[in-house]
Amino acid sequence: MKQRLNNCSEWFLERFPLSDLWNDHMAHYYAPKNFNIWYFFGSLAIFVLVNQFITGILLTMNYKPDAKLAFDSVEYIMRDVQWGWLVRYMHSTGASAFFIVVYLHMFRGLVYGSFKQPRELIWIFGMLIFVCLMAEAFMGYLLPWGQMSYWGAQVIISLFSAIPVVGDELSLWIRGDYVVSDATLNRFFAFHVIAVPLVLLVLVFLHIVALHEVGSNNPDGIEIKQNTNWQGRPLDGIAFHPYYTVKDIVGVAVFMFFFAVVIFYMPEMGGFFLEHANFIPADPLKTPEHIAPVWYFTPFYAILRAVPDKFAGVIAMGGAIVVLFMLPWLDRSPVKSIRYRGGLFKKAIFLFVISFIGLGYLGTQPATPGATTVARVLTAVYFGFFLLMPLYTRWEKTKPVPERLTEHPTLEDRIPQLLALVDEVTLTEQASDAAGATVTRRKANVAGIKAVLIRFAKQLKASLD
Amino acid sequence: MKSLLTTLLLVLSLGAHASGGEVKLESADIDLSDSASLERGAKTYVTYCLGCHSVKHIRYKRIALDLKLDEAEVLKNVAPHSAGIYDQMHSAMNGHDAEKWFGTTPPDLSLIARSRGADWLYSYLKGFYADKSKPTGVNNRVFKDVAMPNVFWQQQGIQTAVIHEVDGHEVVTDLKIDQPGQMSAKEFDTMVNDLVNFLVYVGEPVQLERQAMGKYVLFFILMIIALAYLLKKEYWKDVH
Repeated sequence: MKQRLNNCSEWFLERFPLSDLWNDHMAHYYAPKNFNIWYFFGSLAIFVLVNQFITGILLTMNYKPDAKLAFDSVEYIMRDVQWGWLVRYMHSTGASAFFIVVYLHMFRGLVYGSFKQPRELIWIFGMLIFVCLMAEAFMGYLLPWGQMSYWGAQVIISLFSAIPVVGDELSLWIRGDYVVSDATLNRFFAFHVIAVPLVLLVLVFLHIVALHEVGSNNPDGIEIKQNTNWQGRPLDGIAFHPYYTVKDIVGVAVFMFFFAVVIFYMPEMGGFFLEHANFIPADPLKTPEHIAPVWYFTPFYAILRAVPDKFAGVIAMGGAIVVLFMLPWLDRSPVKSIRYRGGLFKKAIFLFVISFIGLGYLGTQPATPGATTVARVLTAVYFGFFLLMPLYTRWEKTKPVPERLTEHPTLEDRIPQLLALVDEVTLTEQASDAAGATVTRRKANVAGIKAVLIRFAKQLKASLD
Repeated sequence: MKSLLTTLLLVLSLGAHASGGEVKLESADIDLSDSASLERGAKTYVTYCLGCHSVKHIRYKRIALDLKLDEAEVLKNVAPHSAGIYDQMHSAMNGHDAEKWFGTTPPDLSLIARSRGADWLYSYLKGFYADKSKPTGVNNRVFKDVAMPNVFWQQQGIQTAVIHEVDGHEVVTDLKIDQPGQMSAKEFDTMVNDLVNFLVYVGEPVQLERQAMGKYVLFFILMIIALAYLLKKEYWKDVH
């Protein structure tokens, strides 16, 4: 029997390079050994992608892409389909989780210079994935056919009509009707379940192939391939499998914990993951009081609203994404990682994060004159970060980059420190409870909190230099 | 199409003002584990609301299952006559008549608690006051100029509004019972609360089960985390 099995596997391996593929991409793919917490989000993105595929396929089995039936079929899934509610919440929460994970993944690339030479193409593929993901999320959001689905799509598609000359024809062509209608729903369904996922899959494949060709970057921004042993293996590298596969399992498990907390206890996430108005069926005759896209689009939506001119606003919104593509060529610094960059870049990143989160918040809020002014300032900061990058990355004084990877305290090493911090911000006191037993209670220590905050602010300031 | 865009963007900016005058809401006391309250709420719903508002996304069978009631009992005590246990909670009124009588079709209320929230519903149901200028004779504190009449006028009595002038607008600051109804204020509050409780349940019948399940799932995932962490530690022993 064993002989037979061996013969079978030999027969297969002579015809298919399975062991080569496995070795090239897993067992003998050497990744830097100093990956920190930021490096979990790539594998998490794949995990969420698989989640979206599986739950998505299950949802299509009961969903009806028809303007008359769509809303009710979603409620049918939520109530009458066995475990339908779980599948639907996994899919809706997965959509938001995808963006959280991808935004953090992109931010990792930004701070450690993963987009820089020789990894420009990985960044480009990644950006294409991001654009695809936005299209996928936007079209998927129409499918429940609620008020926000409908009017969100209405607003976004009519943006195309701001394009001179062809605008009206273009938006008509996209909708397939003069307003968002059954025709729009049907084509969005086709794109959401077949076309875009296919493109997404191909792009993810290309992203990983390109990554494995040049090798992973790391928090030190050093090319580990420059220091190899007599076998040609990077001295600072470890095999992706088993080291990073077992490590990523921990990441996936921790992610699943937070994912499950949302699914089982707060699937609407206070109206951020599932908007309240989307529980009202789409009504073409009733415009909701306040139309806001789902949270992951709000930074770009805020940029759109910040620009006074309609067409210019559309250009600015598109430009906010296009500048991201150009990042590898905007950054002129000789150093990759933020650890060895100068203070200017760190301050710029700090401002960029504030502007992105600020725009994200403003995008959820009604556009009052005050809010618009703030949005304009933040939009300027957003674009300033990218467009001034060629200047400030050239001016700034970088720190010397070490030859080999450096040691940094891991999360485990920080646990005693964290416990000490808890002791510092709380006061313990002995008291007796109702049963008469002595218990230790902790109370907030105002002086301690103040000291910690001051220390934190000082550290932040020092780290920005 | 450009004009559509303009109107939409205008609506977006006006949204702030339309929703700006937020009315202070009373808080409902929602307890989905209180089956008695849910059953009372269901009864109240069938008696006073189902005439106009369907709840088509729930079946009597599901109510019996979730509230752990006998099916026959649900048919006898909750469901209207002639309804079967597998029926959805449909309304007897047809849309055409409704349009003629109220100028609008009363919405299905299956998901009203998810779109409006429990507190809004509670305040809305208690917020009717006499207003001679309206065809129904009443207006509402939280939903101005609503087409719905006050179906609870017999129980609640008739309320009148205390109106104050704020920034040149007339604002309803308080409601006072003018003619007491059949119920005391406390009894009425309980009835409305039960009804809202039922609507919250109907909005997502699985929510109690979901939360009960959650702790086992989280515990299971915690075990996976512990196991995965130990595995990682074992493998990484030799990495320096």
